[in-house]
Amino acid sequence: MQDILEVQGLTKTFQLSAKQQKLERTKQKVRVAVDHLSFTARQGEIFGLLGPNGAGKTTTLRMLSTLIRPDSGDALLDGASVVREPDKVRSRVGFLTSELKLEDCFTPNYLFDFFSGLHRVDPAVRRKRKEELFTRFGIDRFAEVKVANLSTGMKQKVSLVISIVHNPEVIIFDEPTNGLDVLTAKVVTDFLQELRSQGKTIVVSTHIFSLIEKLCDRVGVIINGRMVVCDSLERVCDGLSLEDRFFEIYKETAGDGE
Amino acid sequence: MSGILTIMKKELSRFFSDKRTVAGILLPGVMIYLLYTFMGSAMGSSFGVDEDYTPTVQAVALPASMEALFQQAGLPVSSIDLQGQQAAKDAITAQELDLLVIFPENFDETVAANTFAGDGESAPNIEVFYNSASTASHTVYMELTQLLDAYEAQLVNKFDINARGAGGDLATEEDSMGSFFGMMMPMLLMIFLYSGCAAVAPESIAGEKERGTIATMLITPIRRSHIAVGKILALAVISLVSAASSTIGTILALPKMMGMEGAGVEMNASIYGIQDYLLLAAVIASTVLLLVTLISILSAFAKTTKEAQTYVVPVMILVMVLGVTGMFGGGASQDLVSYLIPLYNSVQCMTGVFSFSTLTSGVLVTLAVNGVCTIAGVALLAVMFNNEKIIFSR
Repeated sequence: MQDILEVQGLTKTFQLSAKQQKLERTKQKVRVAVDHLSFTARQGEIFGLLGPNGAGKTTTLRMLSTLIRPDSGDALLDGASVVREPDKVRSRVGFLTSELKLEDCFTPNYLFDFFSGLHRVDPAVRRKRKEELFTRFGIDRFAEVKVANLSTGMKQKVSLVISIVHNPEVIIFDEPTNGLDVLTAKVVTDFLQELRSQGKTIVVSTHIFSLIEKLCDRVGVIINGRMVVCDSLERVCDGLSLEDRFFEIYKETAGDGE
Repeated sequence: MSGILTIMKKELSRFFSDKRTVAGILLPGVMIYLLYTFMGSAMGSSFGVDEDYTPTVQAVALPASMEALFQQAGLPVSSIDLQGQQAAKDAITAQELDLLVIFPENFDETVAANTFAGDGESAPNIEVFYNSASTASHTVYMELTQLLDAYEAQLVNKFDINARGAGGDLATEEDSMGSFFGMMMPMLLMIFLYSGCAAVAPESIAGEKERGTIATMLITPIRRSHIAVGKILALAVISLVSAASSTIGTILALPKMMGMEGAGVEMNASIYGIQDYLLLAAVIASTVLLLVTLISILSAFAKTTKEAQTYVVPVMILVMVLGVTGMFGGGASQDLVSYLIPLYNSVQCMTGVFSFSTLTSGVLVTLAVNGVCTIAGVALLAVMFNNEKIIFSR
């Protein structure tokens, strides 16, 4: 299988405020959130980024989706660089995270058309795709209800549908099942598997072991901004459960991070 | 281009699909109309008394000449003697009586003899008592003083000014309306345009940032400059609607406010030709684009809508000061250099159009300067949209 996403030495640092330095008893003015991170994802697979809170998962995904620029390093998405050709990347990737909100005063129907417009989707294709996706997720009955009046689960489904209006080759989901009930979560994970069977590449970040075990073909473990292990799920687990193996890895590596 | 249109359509439908927002935009005009009308009528009533009000006047030693004069002026007067004056004064203080007039003895004879001219001391003195706290008493007092002055002037008539229809104001209706509009409208228009922009821009830029909805747009391939242009054009349209509502309210209410209604003076906006209106429209369009861009940049810096609104206030004061400059200098500035200052040049152009003193090259410079500033501002806004520190600052 072909490598469709190549992440090469991505690094991102943030300034620490004077107060924060004092709180953490450190003289360092910068915090390295992502530290020379590299991995590849292949076409037609689900790649999982596993790590504790604050490990740098979200920052990595934000760089991949061109929301923020890396300090150094690059990522190639189907040959397009997130640093040099962000516009190309944007039209090839679908990005879903809880921090990307939809405007409350619009209906799912309007928003689908609006974002299709921004992605320059042909109106005929847009109509067909909207019908399919709205039916698939049961949004059709709520198509004319303002986002503000939708339930959390329905909002999440609408966000998901909106993030793939342009039928992207690569889909990046940050914590895809966070805050969802088991039924909605299953709809989402089933859909991810369906996308994989269509040959799409999916990158998910999570701290939920079972999600990785259920979905992912390959997994990368991030601790303190560094990629500690990156391989197929079986080889990472090495006969253990992912949870047990993760704690082993964490024990081995946490020492040099603290 | 399609990106700009998509953004514009979204911004416009966001405002115009919500009845409350639309009401919020149009309400200022209605409020201005009601307020000015109320102020006009309140001011009118506090400075005058009812037409059919009958004043009560008492006089001591009322001479025959005065009795006739009072009658002519429709002031009913009753004579009292000198002993009654204290009671009359008390009645005035209690606002039960409007006026007490005490004439000197043998007033008519002394005046006719005319033996006292010149030294200012021996002239017969009429004492008039009134109560300034009572509108009626004060009005009657003013009326009577005028009456007596006129009577005195008539007695020693040496010359008249503009009597019997000779002489008069040679200003055309156009000129006087022009200078009136030229004083008032530039400032009012600037304030209305600015408030229109300030009402919508913070919500559209800082609000989207605050709610995290702008990031959703930023991960699509639309160009940042197209987002900036689309937003600014849409906001300019909304601001213009709001400013138009305020302006219409003002134009309708100004005659009432100035007490011109019924005084035979009509506010007549038809003194301006189609060319004037086109010129004004061009100046307003360039001004509103610049103002919206300015407030949008401030809003993009702000972390929240609230913060953006606090930035907007100091600029409002600056705009008001600029607006006031239109009131001075008698018409528009004829110095081309002063048209290089953004916003100040807008005020000068508006003053010029309203008072028929337009400096055509000045208007062209204004449109160019404002246009360049707007384009620079849009470019800055696009850069800001691309800056993660600005978009994700919390």
